[in-house]
Amino acid sequence: MGWLDVFRGQKKNSAQLAKERLQVVVAHRRGGRGDHPDYFPKLQRDLLRVLRKYVQVEDDAVQIEIERDGEMEVLELNITLPEQSRNQA
Amino acid sequence: MAKIVVVTSGKGGVGKTTTAASFAVGLALRGHKTVVIDFDVGLRNLDLIMGCERRVVFDFVNVISKEANLRQALIRDKRVENLSILAASQTRDKDALTESGVARVLEELSQEFDYIVCDSPAGIEKGALMAMYYADEALVVTNPEVSSVRDSDRVLGMLSSRTKRAEEGGEPVKEHLVVTRYAPARVGKGEMLSLDDVGDILAIPLLGVIPESETVLNASNAGLPVILEEGADAGGAYADLVARFLGEDRPLRFVEAKKGLFGRLLGRG
Repeated sequence: MGWLDVFRGQKKNSAQLAKERLQVVVAHRRGGRGDHPDYFPKLQRDLLRVLRKYVQVEDDAVQIEIERDGEMEVLELNITLPEQSRNQA
Repeated sequence: MAKIVVVTSGKGGVGKTTTAASFAVGLALRGHKTVVIDFDVGLRNLDLIMGCERRVVFDFVNVISKEANLRQALIRDKRVENLSILAASQTRDKDALTESGVARVLEELSQEFDYIVCDSPAGIEKGALMAMYYADEALVVTNPEVSSVRDSDRVLGMLSSRTKRAEEGGEPVKEHLVVTRYAPARVGKGEMLSLDDVGDILAIPLLGVIPESETVLNASNAGLPVILEEGADAGGAYADLVARFLGEDRPLRFVEAKKGLFGRLLGRG
Protein backbone atom coordinates (compact mmCIF):
# COMPACT_ATOMS: atom_id res chain seq x y z
CA MET A 1 0.00 0.00 0.00
CA GLY A 2 1.19 3.53 -0.69
CA TRP A 3 2.16 5.92 2.06
CA LEU A 4 -0.79 8.18 1.41
CA ASP A 5 -3.10 5.37 2.48
CA VAL A 6 -1.84 5.81 6.04
CA PHE A 7 -3.48 9.22 6.10
CA ARG A 8 -6.54 8.08 4.23
CA GLY A 9 -6.96 5.35 6.83
CA GLN A 10 -7.83 2.81 4.19
CA LYS A 11 -6.57 -0.78 4.09
CA LYS A 12 -5.03 -2.26 7.23
CA ASN A 13 -1.36 -3.12 6.81
CA SER A 14 -0.28 -6.73 7.15
CA ALA A 15 1.55 -6.21 10.46
CA GLN A 16 -1.66 -4.90 12.07
CA LEU A 17 -3.51 -7.89 10.74
CA ALA A 18 -0.86 -10.24 12.16
CA LYS A 19 -1.09 -8.59 15.55
CA GLU A 20 -4.86 -8.87 15.74
CA ARG A 21 -4.84 -12.52 14.71
CA LEU A 22 -2.12 -13.34 17.22
CA GLN A 23 -3.92 -11.55 20.03
CA VAL A 24 -6.91 -13.80 19.49
CA VAL A 25 -4.96 -17.09 19.51
CA VAL A 26 -2.76 -16.09 22.43
CA ALA A 27 -5.69 -14.87 24.52
CA HIS A 28 -7.42 -18.15 23.75
CA ARG A 29 -4.50 -20.25 25.01
CA ARG A 30 -3.86 -18.09 28.04
CA GLY A 31 -7.54 -18.24 28.89
CA GLY A 32 -6.90 -21.89 29.61
CA ARG A 33 -8.99 -23.30 26.78
CA GLY A 34 -6.08 -24.19 24.58
CA ASP A 35 -3.78 -25.51 27.27
CA HIS A 36 -5.47 -28.30 29.15
CA PRO A 37 -3.47 -30.33 31.65
CA ASP A 38 -2.24 -33.69 30.32
CA TYR A 39 -4.72 -35.67 32.39
CA PHE A 40 -7.80 -34.09 30.78
CA PRO A 41 -8.47 -36.69 28.06
CA LYS A 42 -8.02 -39.54 30.54
CA LEU A 43 -10.23 -37.88 33.14
CA GLN A 44 -12.86 -37.38 30.47
CA ARG A 45 -12.75 -41.06 29.47
CA ASP A 46 -12.88 -42.27 33.08
CA LEU A 47 -15.84 -40.04 33.91
CA LEU A 48 -17.70 -41.33 30.86
CA ARG A 49 -17.06 -44.92 31.91
CA VAL A 50 -18.36 -44.31 35.42
CA LEU A 51 -21.40 -42.39 34.18
CA ARG A 52 -22.30 -45.16 31.78
CA LYS A 53 -22.73 -47.57 34.65
CA TYR A 54 -25.85 -45.56 35.49
CA VAL A 55 -26.98 -43.64 32.41
CA GLN A 56 -26.33 -44.07 28.72
CA VAL A 57 -24.77 -40.76 27.71
CA GLU A 58 -23.30 -39.53 24.43
CA ASP A 59 -19.53 -39.45 23.81
CA ASP A 60 -19.44 -35.69 24.14
CA ALA A 61 -21.61 -35.56 27.28
CA VAL A 62 -18.70 -34.69 29.57
CA GLN A 63 -17.15 -31.23 29.16
CA ILE A 64 -14.24 -30.19 31.35
CA GLU A 65 -12.75 -26.72 31.55
CA ILE A 66 -10.20 -25.06 33.73
CA GLU A 67 -10.75 -21.42 34.61
CA ARG A 68 -7.79 -19.51 35.98
CA ASP A 69 -8.26 -16.42 38.05
CA GLY A 70 -4.95 -15.20 39.47
CA GLU A 71 -3.75 -17.84 41.91
CA MET A 72 -7.01 -19.76 41.85
CA GLU A 73 -7.91 -22.54 39.46
CA VAL A 74 -11.46 -23.80 39.08
CA LEU A 75 -12.19 -27.15 37.48
CA GLU A 76 -15.55 -26.91 35.78
CA LEU A 77 -17.39 -30.10 34.95
CA ASN A 78 -20.42 -30.08 32.70
CA ILE A 79 -22.38 -33.27 32.14
CA THR A 80 -25.27 -33.37 29.72
CA LEU A 81 -27.80 -36.06 30.55
CA PRO A 82 -30.03 -37.47 27.82
CA GLU A 83 -33.68 -36.31 27.74
CA GLN A 84 -35.06 -39.68 28.87
CA SER A 85 -33.09 -40.08 32.06
CA ARG A 86 -33.97 -36.56 33.07
CA ASN A 87 -37.67 -37.47 32.90
CA GLN A 88 -37.11 -40.59 35.00
CA ALA A 89 -35.31 -38.67 37.73
CA MET B 1 25.70 -22.80 42.33
CA ALA B 2 25.51 -22.17 38.62
CA LYS B 3 22.62 -20.35 37.05
CA ILE B 4 20.89 -22.46 34.39
CA VAL B 5 19.58 -20.55 31.36
CA VAL B 6 17.59 -22.26 28.61
CA VAL B 7 17.48 -20.81 25.09
CA THR B 8 14.16 -21.93 23.65
CA SER B 9 11.47 -20.98 21.11
CA GLY B 10 9.18 -23.80 20.04
CA LYS B 11 9.60 -23.00 16.39
CA GLY B 12 12.72 -24.10 14.52
CA GLY B 13 15.03 -21.88 12.53
CA VAL B 14 14.45 -18.70 14.52
CA GLY B 15 17.99 -18.42 15.88
CA LYS B 16 18.13 -20.48 19.06
CA THR B 17 21.55 -21.98 18.43
CA THR B 18 22.96 -18.70 17.11
CA THR B 19 21.65 -17.00 20.24
CA ALA B 20 22.85 -19.73 22.62
CA ALA B 21 26.35 -19.60 21.10
CA SER B 22 26.70 -15.82 21.21
CA PHE B 23 25.09 -15.57 24.65
CA ALA B 24 27.50 -18.14 26.08
CA VAL B 25 30.51 -16.46 24.44
CA GLY B 26 29.32 -13.08 25.77
CA LEU B 27 29.05 -14.36 29.33
CA ALA B 28 32.50 -15.93 29.11
CA LEU B 29 34.00 -12.72 27.68
CA ARG B 30 32.64 -10.95 30.75
CA GLY B 31 34.68 -13.34 32.89
CA HIS B 32 31.96 -15.80 33.89
CA LYS B 33 32.79 -19.48 33.69
CA THR B 34 30.25 -20.72 31.17
CA VAL B 35 29.28 -24.01 29.58
CA VAL B 36 26.85 -24.32 26.68
CA ILE B 37 25.06 -27.64 26.13
CA ASP B 38 23.40 -28.84 22.93
CA PHE B 39 20.14 -30.60 23.87
CA ASP B 40 19.25 -31.36 20.25
CA VAL B 41 20.14 -35.03 20.40
CA GLY B 42 20.24 -36.53 16.91
CA LEU B 43 20.49 -33.15 15.18
CA ARG B 44 23.51 -31.55 16.72
CA ASN B 45 24.53 -28.19 15.34
CA LEU B 46 25.89 -26.10 18.18
CA ASP B 47 29.36 -27.57 17.49
CA LEU B 48 29.22 -26.21 13.92
CA ILE B 49 28.08 -22.74 15.00
CA MET B 50 30.83 -22.71 17.64
CA GLY B 51 33.38 -23.98 15.13
CA CYS B 52 34.46 -27.02 17.17
CA GLU B 53 32.83 -29.81 15.14
CA ARG B 54 36.13 -31.58 14.54
CA ARG B 55 36.95 -31.70 18.22
CA VAL B 56 33.88 -33.64 19.37
CA VAL B 57 34.94 -37.02 20.75
CA PHE B 58 32.42 -37.66 23.49
CA ASP B 59 29.03 -36.03 23.86
CA PHE B 60 26.22 -35.23 26.32
CA VAL B 61 24.60 -38.67 25.89
CA ASN B 62 27.92 -40.44 26.49
CA VAL B 63 28.17 -38.59 29.81
CA ILE B 64 24.57 -39.36 30.75
CA SER B 65 25.05 -43.05 30.02
CA LYS B 66 28.42 -42.98 31.83
CA GLU B 67 30.40 -44.05 28.78
CA ALA B 68 32.57 -40.98 29.32
CA ASN B 69 33.09 -38.47 32.09
CA LEU B 70 32.58 -34.74 31.85
CA ARG B 71 36.27 -34.00 31.68
CA GLN B 72 36.50 -36.11 28.50
CA ALA B 73 33.38 -34.65 26.89
CA LEU B 74 33.76 -30.92 27.58
CA ILE B 75 35.40 -29.01 24.74
CA ARG B 76 37.25 -25.89 25.79
CA ASP B 77 36.79 -23.01 23.38
CA LYS B 78 40.08 -22.01 21.75
CA ARG B 79 39.19 -18.33 21.27
CA VAL B 80 37.51 -17.48 24.54
CA GLU B 81 38.67 -18.27 28.01
CA ASN B 82 36.17 -19.60 30.58
CA LEU B 83 34.02 -21.25 27.89
CA SER B 84 33.27 -24.93 27.34
CA ILE B 85 30.92 -26.76 24.99
CA LEU B 86 29.09 -30.02 25.54
CA ALA B 87 27.97 -31.38 22.17
CA ALA B 88 24.83 -33.40 21.49
CA SER B 89 24.96 -36.92 20.19
CA GLN B 90 24.48 -37.41 16.45
CA THR B 91 23.33 -40.98 16.55
CA ARG B 92 21.07 -41.39 19.56
CA ASP B 93 17.51 -40.20 19.96
CA LYS B 94 15.94 -37.92 22.53
CA ASP B 95 14.97 -40.79 24.83
CA ALA B 96 18.63 -40.96 25.81
CA LEU B 97 18.01 -37.78 27.83
CA THR B 98 16.68 -39.09 31.13
CA GLU B 99 15.52 -36.72 33.84
CA SER B 100 17.90 -38.18 36.40
CA GLY B 101 20.80 -38.30 33.93
CA VAL B 102 20.37 -34.67 32.94
CA ALA B 103 20.04 -33.71 36.61
CA ARG B 104 23.29 -35.49 37.48
CA VAL B 105 25.25 -33.82 34.66
CA LEU B 106 23.86 -30.34 35.47
CA GLU B 107 24.65 -30.90 39.14
CA GLU B 108 28.24 -31.80 38.31
CA LEU B 109 28.62 -28.81 35.96
CA SER B 110 27.21 -26.53 38.68
CA GLN B 111 30.28 -27.22 40.79
CA GLU B 112 32.58 -25.76 38.19
CA PHE B 113 30.65 -23.16 36.18
CA ASP B 114 28.81 -19.89 36.86
CA TYR B 115 26.41 -20.26 33.94
CA ILE B 116 24.99 -23.31 32.19
CA VAL B 117 23.38 -22.37 28.87
CA CYS B 118 21.01 -25.03 27.50
CA ASP B 119 20.43 -24.84 23.75
CA SER B 120 16.97 -26.36 23.27
CA PRO B 121 15.84 -28.29 20.22
CA ALA B 122 12.81 -27.02 18.32
CA GLY B 123 9.43 -28.48 19.13
CA ILE B 124 7.79 -29.23 22.45
CA GLU B 125 8.81 -32.85 22.80
CA LYS B 126 11.16 -34.56 25.22
CA GLY B 127 14.37 -32.80 24.17
CA ALA B 128 12.82 -29.35 24.55
CA LEU B 129 11.22 -30.31 27.86
CA MET B 130 14.51 -31.64 29.21
CA ALA B 131 16.34 -28.47 28.11
CA MET B 132 13.91 -26.26 30.05
CA TYR B 133 13.13 -28.52 33.02
CA TYR B 134 15.93 -27.39 35.35
CA ALA B 135 16.14 -23.80 34.09
CA ASP B 136 16.33 -20.77 36.38
CA GLU B 137 15.91 -18.33 33.50
CA ALA B 138 14.80 -18.59 29.88
CA LEU B 139 15.64 -16.70 26.71
CA VAL B 140 12.60 -17.04 24.45
CA VAL B 141 13.83 -16.46 20.91
CA THR B 142 11.14 -15.06 18.63
CA ASN B 143 11.00 -13.82 15.05
CA PRO B 144 8.52 -11.00 14.37
CA GLU B 145 6.31 -13.39 12.44
CA VAL B 146 2.98 -15.05 13.31
CA SER B 147 4.01 -18.70 13.66
CA SER B 148 7.07 -17.89 15.72
CA VAL B 149 5.15 -15.61 18.11
CA ARG B 150 2.44 -18.18 18.61
CA ASP B 151 4.97 -20.94 19.29
CA SER B 152 6.79 -18.69 21.77
CA ASP B 153 3.53 -18.22 23.61
CA ARG B 154 3.10 -21.98 23.75
CA VAL B 155 6.62 -22.34 25.14
CA LEU B 156 5.89 -19.68 27.77
CA GLY B 157 2.95 -21.82 28.84
CA MET B 158 5.28 -24.78 29.26
CA LEU B 159 7.86 -22.77 31.18
CA SER B 160 5.16 -21.93 33.68
CA SER B 161 3.82 -25.48 34.00
CA ARG B 162 6.34 -28.13 32.93
CA THR B 163 9.55 -27.04 34.66
CA LYS B 164 10.98 -28.09 38.01
CA ARG B 165 10.36 -24.63 39.39
CA ALA B 166 6.73 -24.79 38.27
CA GLU B 167 6.23 -28.27 39.70
CA GLU B 168 7.76 -27.37 43.04
CA GLY B 169 5.74 -24.17 43.21
CA GLY B 170 8.79 -22.00 43.87
CA GLU B 171 9.92 -18.82 42.19
CA PRO B 172 8.87 -19.10 38.50
CA VAL B 173 11.42 -19.35 35.70
CA LYS B 174 12.49 -15.80 34.80
CA GLU B 175 11.52 -15.18 31.18
CA HIS B 176 13.31 -12.89 28.72
CA LEU B 177 12.19 -12.05 25.20
CA VAL B 178 14.82 -12.05 22.46
CA VAL B 179 13.57 -10.81 19.08
CA THR B 180 15.77 -11.95 16.20
CA ARG B 181 15.80 -11.23 12.45
CA TYR B 182 14.26 -7.83 13.07
CA ALA B 183 13.98 -5.66 9.97
CA PRO B 184 13.19 -2.06 11.02
CA ALA B 185 12.58 -0.92 7.42
CA ARG B 186 9.85 -3.52 6.98
CA VAL B 187 8.37 -2.60 10.35
CA GLY B 188 8.28 1.00 9.11
CA LYS B 189 6.31 -0.10 6.08
CA GLY B 190 3.82 -2.01 8.19
CA GLU B 191 4.99 -5.33 6.77
CA MET B 192 6.45 -6.76 9.96
CA LEU B 193 5.30 -6.93 13.57
CA SER B 194 7.04 -4.24 15.61
CA LEU B 195 8.84 -4.81 18.91
CA ASP B 196 5.88 -3.21 20.65
CA ASP B 197 3.49 -5.57 18.90
CA VAL B 198 5.46 -8.67 19.91
CA GLY B 199 5.90 -7.28 23.42
CA ASP B 200 2.16 -6.57 23.75
CA ILE B 201 1.23 -10.07 22.66
CA LEU B 202 3.74 -12.08 24.68
CA ALA B 203 3.87 -9.71 27.67
CA ILE B 204 7.37 -10.62 28.90
CA PRO B 205 10.29 -8.21 29.29
CA LEU B 206 12.47 -7.63 26.22
CA LEU B 207 16.13 -8.53 26.72
CA GLY B 208 17.47 -7.87 23.25
CA VAL B 209 16.78 -7.29 19.58
CA ILE B 210 19.01 -8.79 16.91
CA PRO B 211 18.62 -7.17 13.49
CA GLU B 212 18.26 -9.21 10.32
CA SER B 213 21.84 -9.19 9.13
CA GLU B 214 24.10 -10.79 6.58
CA THR B 215 26.82 -11.10 9.18
CA VAL B 216 24.89 -13.88 10.96
CA LEU B 217 25.10 -16.28 8.00
CA ASN B 218 28.69 -15.29 7.29
CA ALA B 219 29.64 -16.00 10.89
CA SER B 220 27.83 -19.37 10.84
CA ASN B 221 29.63 -20.30 7.64
CA ALA B 222 32.92 -19.72 9.40
CA GLY B 223 31.98 -21.36 12.73
CA LEU B 224 32.38 -18.06 14.51
CA PRO B 225 29.74 -17.03 17.08
CA VAL B 226 28.49 -13.74 15.65
CA ILE B 227 29.15 -11.83 18.90
CA LEU B 228 32.85 -12.17 18.06
CA GLU B 229 32.30 -10.17 14.85
CA GLU B 230 33.16 -6.90 16.47
CA GLY B 231 31.66 -3.87 14.86
CA ALA B 232 28.94 -5.88 13.11
CA ASP B 233 25.35 -4.91 13.91
CA ALA B 234 24.23 -8.39 15.04
CA GLY B 235 27.41 -8.88 17.07
CA GLY B 236 26.89 -5.55 18.83
CA ALA B 237 23.27 -6.40 19.50
CA TYR B 238 24.30 -9.67 21.19
CA ALA B 239 26.91 -7.86 23.27
CA ASP B 240 24.17 -5.45 24.42
CA LEU B 241 21.89 -8.38 25.23
CA VAL B 242 24.53 -10.01 27.44
CA ALA B 243 25.21 -6.70 29.21
CA ARG B 244 21.50 -6.26 29.95
CA PHE B 245 21.28 -9.83 31.20
CA LEU B 246 24.07 -9.01 33.64
CA GLY B 247 22.14 -6.00 34.88
CA GLU B 248 23.55 -3.17 32.81
CA ASP B 249 21.32 -0.52 31.32
CA ARG B 250 21.86 -0.39 27.55
CA PRO B 251 19.56 1.39 25.11
CA LEU B 252 18.21 -0.63 22.18
CA ARG B 253 20.18 -0.26 18.97
CA PHE B 254 19.44 -1.26 15.37
CA VAL B 255 15.69 -0.83 15.83
CA GLU B 256 15.24 2.14 13.52
CA ALA B 257 15.35 1.99 9.73
CA LYS B 258 18.61 3.31 8.39
CA LYS B 259 17.00 5.80 6.00
CA GLY B 260 16.02 9.25 7.20
CA LEU B 261 12.41 10.29 7.50
CA PHE B 262 12.42 11.84 4.03
CA GLY B 263 13.86 8.69 2.50
CA ARG B 264 11.30 6.56 4.32
CA LEU B 265 8.41 8.57 2.95
CA LEU B 266 9.68 8.46 -0.60
CA GLY B 267 11.05 4.96 -0.43
CA ARG B 268 7.90 3.01 0.25
CA GLY B 269 6.21 1.22 -2.60
